[in-house]
Amino acid sequence: MKLQKASLFALYAVLELASDPERQLSATDIADKYGISIHHLAKVLCTLVRSKLIQAVRGAGGGYRFAGVVNRTTLLDVIELFESLESELDTPQLKGRDGEAVVEELQSITREIDDLTRAVLDTVTLDTALKSASLRARLAASAT
Amino acid sequence: MTPEVTIRNALMSDFDTILNLDFAGATTDRPAYWRGIFDRFVSTGRTGGFFLVAETGAEVIGFIIGEVRAWEFGSPPCGWVFALGVSPNFRELGIGQRMLKEISLRLKQAGVTTLRTMVDREDKLTLSFFRSQGLRTGRYIELEKPIDVI
Repeated sequence: MKLQKASLFALYAVLELASDPERQLSATDIADKYGISIHHLAKVLCTLVRSKLIQAVRGAGGGYRFAGVVNRTTLLDVIELFESLESELDTPQLKGRDGEAVVEELQSITREIDDLTRAVLDTVTLDTALKSASLRARLAASAT
Repeated sequence: MTPEVTIRNALMSDFDTILNLDFAGATTDRPAYWRGIFDRFVSTGRTGGFFLVAETGAEVIGFIIGEVRAWEFGSPPCGWVFALGVSPNFRELGIGQRMLKEISLRLKQAGVTTLRTMVDREDKLTLSFFRSQGLRTGRYIELEKPIDVI
């Protein structure tokens, strides 16, 4: 599975903001931290504001703040704002019915993979992802 | 407010309460299934198996069952959690977490280092719970097919 850039940038932004819902961050803060294009991130942030997952805070010291529910919002909720996560399988122009079964079998297999992908992403909440990331950081720190 | 909760071994007298707490299915087969579970894990005191309940006051509000399973398709011994339930009135209070921690301790004392479970992919509540406790997709894949036509 390869996530589109917009989905990935949205996950970075939402997780960063959700890690401290009281904190405001600018698009530049987030783009700098993850080394991503601020131009692309700005568009992603607009979509996240429209979906009410984050809130734009205007004025001096303004920026963005998390506005969702950290233990209810899943990674899939964020990703689906930008893409459908369905495998692309171009249907060939079959000459006759001979190849139909093969095409259907391949479609069935990609559906199976898509279902599993969705089942994973739909059950990892932002809260769970942040706690796992925090644990990972602690383990890495204690190993050095 | 989080209630005072005790985790203890299940007793035969818990049967009716557990049956009511089992939301996995309300079919007529469930009582027979649970009688079998109580026979295996409560009345005989099966080694390597643990049937625990969460209790507040005199009220049983949750249960968890697990056992050590070994060498199925080459898998070294691991702790299988195959049933979990918490009363809807007591969810999101850490009851499931307490029970999972206790059964993990007991399974660890029984000699295993891995915890494993299997959940319906549509059961978001239970899947999210296990994920929040650190469980991830494991190295074994569950496969199935209908065998009405072979």
